[in-house]
Amino acid sequence: MEAKKNFFATSAGIVGVGVVIGVLAALLQKWGNPGNMGICVACFERDVAGGLGLHRADVVQYLRPEILGFVLGAFVAAIAVGEFKPRSGSAPLARFLLGMCAMIGALVFLGCPWRAILRLAGGDGNALFGLAGLATGVGIGTVFFRSGYSLGRTTRQNSGLGLLMPLVIGGLLALRLIFPPVPGEAKSGVLFYSLKGPGAQHAALFVSLAVGLVVGVIAQRSRFCTMGALRDLILFRHWHLFSGFIALLAAAWVTNLVLGQFHPGFANQPVAHTQSFWNFSGMLVAGLAFALAGGCPGRQLFMSGEGDGDAAVFVVGMIVGAAFAHNFGLASSPAGIGLHGVAAVVVALITCLFIGFANVRRVGSEGE
Amino acid sequence: MSEKVDARGLSCPQPVLMALSRMREIKAGELEVLVDNEVSKENVRRAASKEGWELAQIREETGEYHLLLKRS
Repeated sequence: MEAKKNFFATSAGIVGVGVVIGVLAALLQKWGNPGNMGICVACFERDVAGGLGLHRADVVQYLRPEILGFVLGAFVAAIAVGEFKPRSGSAPLARFLLGMCAMIGALVFLGCPWRAILRLAGGDGNALFGLAGLATGVGIGTVFFRSGYSLGRTTRQNSGLGLLMPLVIGGLLALRLIFPPVPGEAKSGVLFYSLKGPGAQHAALFVSLAVGLVVGVIAQRSRFCTMGALRDLILFRHWHLFSGFIALLAAAWVTNLVLGQFHPGFANQPVAHTQSFWNFSGMLVAGLAFALAGGCPGRQLFMSGEGDGDAAVFVVGMIVGAAFAHNFGLASSPAGIGLHGVAAVVVALITCLFIGFANVRRVGSEGE
Repeated sequence: MSEKVDARGLSCPQPVLMALSRMREIKAGELEVLVDNEVSKENVRRAASKEGWELAQIREETGEYHLLLKRS
């Protein structure tokens, strides 16, 4: 017997979800989040890594409630409709490394696909190079898929294993409540806070958390995925997810215009640099990593809330990747790419390509 | 006897790629696609419809979906 039709998975549903995310992201900037960074999964996971002290870049340390809300919202939605299905076991180390590579690439560009869209919606022309790189990386990923690439099958797990990620996230939320920011202090209990820079710019806890929860719920129901949008368009000429991608861009752009947050140009854009080749290359690496791992960073969070342990491993890989990126000078800053940014892009690209080639299965054995 | 594609344990785009590949191979008739998550079910259904295949039946058994696709 088939379950009731899921409105969010219809064409109108995915467009509606894109519009809601676009409006909320632009509003989050108004409410305190950094410029053109209402929502950035990579930047916010990087801030989470800083908040936990995994790196000590003092301008990007904040346990972003949006990230926690994404996982918990998806978890609640999945439980409510019977889609909480604990599963894992598909090439965990490869997924961990892909998560690291994705984060390193994203931090060379200074944003994930979500922020690339939001940067464009805010008038940052540099985002065009990032989006072109993202599409190229995802395009390379589709070549692997056409050639039989697969990380192998997952297997079902018990509920306890599926609950691990939501419990970890719940624990982080508890830490945030126990150790709130103290004005003028860079540390509160075990958590680190930024006193200046992007990490110090944030909406109020409950606003960020509420937006995160709403986005987590609707994205879980709609399967919203910025990488999947490009992948399905390139691979199948399917416009379904891409319509959500465009809706997010349009809604954020209109909201930015209304709020006076649209400032077209290339120079002096918030938390951005103008090194176009590296904006392109960083996102190429990130796009390829997201494609090979089967989801954009947001989607990986939502899937981890649904009980997908492999997606959770990818998320942890991204957080560790962020720590590496800031501890070893791989991440960019508004001044340009980091000291070892070039080497990082090259190594991350080689890693992704190796994982891609190593997992191309022969015809007839696909998915085995 | 219908053709069968077993895409259990796989996530998109693989179930869609496997189903499309078999649809294009056999061109017409019956094709049963097995998936074990909602997303793959929705995506295979959407892809089949675009290819001109009709979803004749959908059956859920212990968290797995059996999609019976037909084209005359």
